[in-house]
Amino acid sequence: MKLDCKHVWENISEYIDGSVDAKLREDIERHLEHCEICSAILDSTRNILVLTADDRTFELPVGYSERLHERLAREMESSEQDSTKE
Amino acid sequence: MGTNETGLIARIVAGEKELFHELIRPFERMVYLTLFSIVKNETEAEDGAQETVISAYRHLASFRGDAKFSTWLTSIAINEGRKRLRKAKGAAEESIEEQAEGHEGDFTPAPLTDWREIPLEALERKELREALRVAVAELPDIYRQVFTLRDLEELNVEETAEALGINPGAVKVRLHRARMMLQKRLVPFLKTTAPARRGFFGRAL
Repeated sequence: MKLDCKHVWENISEYIDGSVDAKLREDIERHLEHCEICSAILDSTRNILVLTADDRTFELPVGYSERLHERLAREMESSEQDSTKE
Repeated sequence: MGTNETGLIARIVAGEKELFHELIRPFERMVYLTLFSIVKNETEAEDGAQETVISAYRHLASFRGDAKFSTWLTSIAINEGRKRLRKAKGAAEESIEEQAEGHEGDFTPAPLTDWREIPLEALERKELREALRVAVAELPDIYRQVFTLRDLEELNVEETAEALGINPGAVKVRLHRARMMLQKRLVPFLKTTAPARRGFFGRAL
């Protein structure tokens, strides 16, 4: 079956995730070979995902980890005291 | 990671409390980002992340190991985030109505034939990361949350569905739409900020 662009777009996300069946995958790949528009859409979407997974894109507040572990240490201390009181 | 995690949890529950620091470290980032995807405010997200971790610490003995620890922790984070959102919206609004995914809206990607010729270095640009952060923040809530769990925290479809309490089909639909909305948002940005030079195949970038 020959796929049109719209059909490729609808399945592009699942194609990226590798969750389309073998037949559809093959059809999409055949389409991509000759369709620059869809290839560019695929590449741009993939690039966005690479960028998303890059730790520098979504940064944590400075000192977040330290504050979290301090809070946790205080919690451990107070639960320790509670259990020794019992 | 799995067995090590299970072993750690058993030791913590048996009394080696200090090991909880070690257990939680690989998930700190995930907890914060989950909270941030819901409350969209740094301070609230950090406070919520702390509450999540404390709650996980207090309830660790009730963790059953039939789910992954990361999924369990994410569920706690989501509940904490939703609780904060309700509080922020005021007592008048008792429950947050989940926006259902309607059929309205345009979820087609933006065509850009020249993207492939934009060098990988373009991805190193700070402006592009900033644009992506803004675009993600501006996604409708239901899409942003799925996108965060799947593409940022790399949970799989089932884990995401379980953590959000929706079915796997909805995860796939929302993820697809989120990605297409982001693609569309970022394409023009790249177009305008890409250096004006010829691409490898002679076309203007």
